[in-house]
Amino acid sequence: MEIVWTLLYMLVFPGFLFLTTYGMICEWVDRKLYARFQSRLGPPWFQPEADFIKLLSKEEIIPEAANPVMFRLLPLFALASVLTAFLYLPIWNTAAIYSFSGDLIVVFYLLTIPTLTFFLAGWHSTSLFATLGSVRNVTQLFAYEVPLLISLLGPALLSGSWSLSEMNQFFVERPILLLVNIIGFFVALIAVQGKLERVPFDIPEAETEIVAGSFTEFSGKLLGIFRLAIDLELVVAATLISVVFLGGSFGLHPVLGFILFIVKTLLIVAILALFRTVMARIRIEQMMKFCWRYLAPISLFQLLINILVKAWFL
Amino acid sequence: MSEIKIPIGPQHPALKEPESFSLTLEGERIIDAEVKLGYNHRGIEKACESRNYIQDIYLIERICGICSHSHSTCFVQAVEEIAGVEISARAQFIRTIVAELERIHSHLLWLGVAGHEVGFDTLFMYAWRDREAVLDILALISGNRVNYGINTLGGVRRDIDKEQSRKILEIIKQLTERTEYYIKVATNEPTFSGRLSGVGKLSTEKAKELGAVGPTARASSIERDVRRDDPYGAYAQIPFKVITDNHADVLGRTIVRVFELLESYKMLKYLVQNMPEGALTVKVPRRIPAGEAISRYEAPRGEDIHYVRANGTEMPERVKVRAPTLANLAAIREMLRGGFLADFPIVIAAIDPCFSCTDRAIQLVKDNGAETVDWRQLRDYSIDWHKKRGIDLSRI
Amino acid sequence: MKYPGKILPEVLKTAMKPPVTVRYPYERTEIPEGFRGKIHFDAKLCIGCKMCMRDCPAKAVEIEKIGEDKVFKATFYLDHCIYCAQCVDSCPKKALASTPEFELAHYQRDKLADIQK
Repeated sequence: MEIVWTLLYMLVFPGFLFLTTYGMICEWVDRKLYARFQSRLGPPWFQPEADFIKLLSKEEIIPEAANPVMFRLLPLFALASVLTAFLYLPIWNTAAIYSFSGDLIVVFYLLTIPTLTFFLAGWHSTSLFATLGSVRNVTQLFAYEVPLLISLLGPALLSGSWSLSEMNQFFVERPILLLVNIIGFFVALIAVQGKLERVPFDIPEAETEIVAGSFTEFSGKLLGIFRLAIDLELVVAATLISVVFLGGSFGLHPVLGFILFIVKTLLIVAILALFRTVMARIRIEQMMKFCWRYLAPISLFQLLINILVKAWFL
Repeated sequence: MSEIKIPIGPQHPALKEPESFSLTLEGERIIDAEVKLGYNHRGIEKACESRNYIQDIYLIERICGICSHSHSTCFVQAVEEIAGVEISARAQFIRTIVAELERIHSHLLWLGVAGHEVGFDTLFMYAWRDREAVLDILALISGNRVNYGINTLGGVRRDIDKEQSRKILEIIKQLTERTEYYIKVATNEPTFSGRLSGVGKLSTEKAKELGAVGPTARASSIERDVRRDDPYGAYAQIPFKVITDNHADVLGRTIVRVFELLESYKMLKYLVQNMPEGALTVKVPRRIPAGEAISRYEAPRGEDIHYVRANGTEMPERVKVRAPTLANLAAIREMLRGGFLADFPIVIAAIDPCFSCTDRAIQLVKDNGAETVDWRQLRDYSIDWHKKRGIDLSRI
Repeated sequence: MKYPGKILPEVLKTAMKPPVTVRYPYERTEIPEGFRGKIHFDAKLCIGCKMCMRDCPAKAVEIEKIGEDKVFKATFYLDHCIYCAQCVDSCPKKALASTPEFELAHYQRDKLADIQK
């Protein structure tokens, strides 16, 4: 019986099936909002699905110089790692399906794997634009990863736990403490925008500069899976922020908790869409400067606040 | 990191027209750039020689989709000079009104493209949304949104009535407000202005040496504007300022263009309110007497030069077009050198290139090297080439 | 003052307004009065001077005599036409006129030759 439930969790809810559907809904919300902010009509609700199906039906072209095994496997790695990450996140209540002490770090590194697969994908394509894109991928990784991790450590420090479920439970019991992390929340939002490689941090796939960056040589199913993985990454990142900084489901009844989860993730998606509407793409060296000069110190400052709060009030 | 050479174009998302740039990179830094022309040669100059002057106006107008009026006015001015015709003041004013409307739509288009090249798509969408108003007014005046076809030998084809003048003033008012807002956004949004300032530097000396024209030159504080230096149309009668800037980078070029927009609004207001009465056209003979003329025109992208030689028949003997982009292309190499790879789209976009308008020659390269073919061979070759693909062009 | 997201208030305002996109086949913008669309030919006025044929930059118009009695028919090659309406200006008898019709695309090439009598 245990195995059936496990499969159900992994494949249907909250695993593959639910997550892909919700990922596409989030992509649609993001695109629709982006369009409406720009005074455009935007795509119909089934556009992401249609795009995905279209990509699945397209021819796969693998460059002769590329390593075909790596080329085919990398999209799957990206998809698998985000799917795994989602299982450790509490959704409709404060407890995730799988949880252990330190899963915060595991989720964080599972979220890093897609970026690494993008890098490897670009590197293995051997095309000039893809190589440039993959180099930018890794360079950018060093810029946003540290502020993001530090900002996630803040709440963990406050709650004294490295487990997402325990952290969530802690904040549900003391919701007032969520306000302490407000700076960290914004730092995380900005860093996540860099992780998802969206404007102003879409440097690795800057269309007008290096065509499609790492994905230049990808087509058909493989590109479809990569795009799906990016959609899922958006959901996972939004859920992570909602659990860590917004209290997740607040320990309410599972149905209410689930509604709260939808509302919060969509809210985060909307904020991220707004970010990419109001800014221009910056240069890689501007991004490094911004992340290390402003974002990292601010997240450290947040950490300091949390240490002081913990020392005096808890 | 060792040097690598990357090909940009002829097909590349940053280039809206085919053109080839070969960039030598060291990491993200551009060490050298090479520009290759000739991907879109259309044989327009040659085609002009086998059509009469009236037909040529429409052909010349289609050199460029954005500055179509610039090319046709420039050509018509040259022909009128050979024929010794003086057009009426009202026709001059109407030509100038269309010219300034064209400058507005071209500069707004450029602002949008600049936004898009640095990933600021919101500015792109907003600028193009507002540009629609100009296109609508052009359609109202001339009957078409692009390729207005307002020029004819000896004057203009359509009049501007009271109602249209009122609409122009109304739209100017609305656009002035919008443009002032864009100036605020372009100069105050750090992600945008940060991408523009200090990028694509072109010193005054270099700009002079490489013969830059238009906003590219004016952004390097060279006060060069055909409208003032060698007035044509109604420009001698209207007050206006030549906008210059001393940033000498892409930000400077942006500033020059947005302030030129404001200047154009003022000029249009003056033009519409002070339109003289008069006939629209004067008679021009179908056979233009033998002679030659050079005509200069300040297109939105810079100085446009047309040379026409007539031999007393209905058709010109030679037409030569120097599009403004050709003058600015030489400066591209200088602007790209030492910059970042990330900046190359915006640096190229900053001269507001019109590559297809620029191409005046082509070199056929076959397996055994370059080959020279004469006009007839080339024509036969092209008819044959298209026939194989099911298109019959022998009628043209 | 310089700060990122300068355009934000405008963006939020825009999101409240309906989109400016015109949903073309369902929704149409007004066509201006002097629009240069398909050419209309009035056979009663034509005197067969063929000035339009001489001035057409795209060789898109052909005037032919039908019958003995100075009756003409006009063929407009809609695929060649650049819709400059120079023929309308060149016609000394005003037998040609621009119409606002612009949806002229067709799947068959021969349907693009528009014969008017």
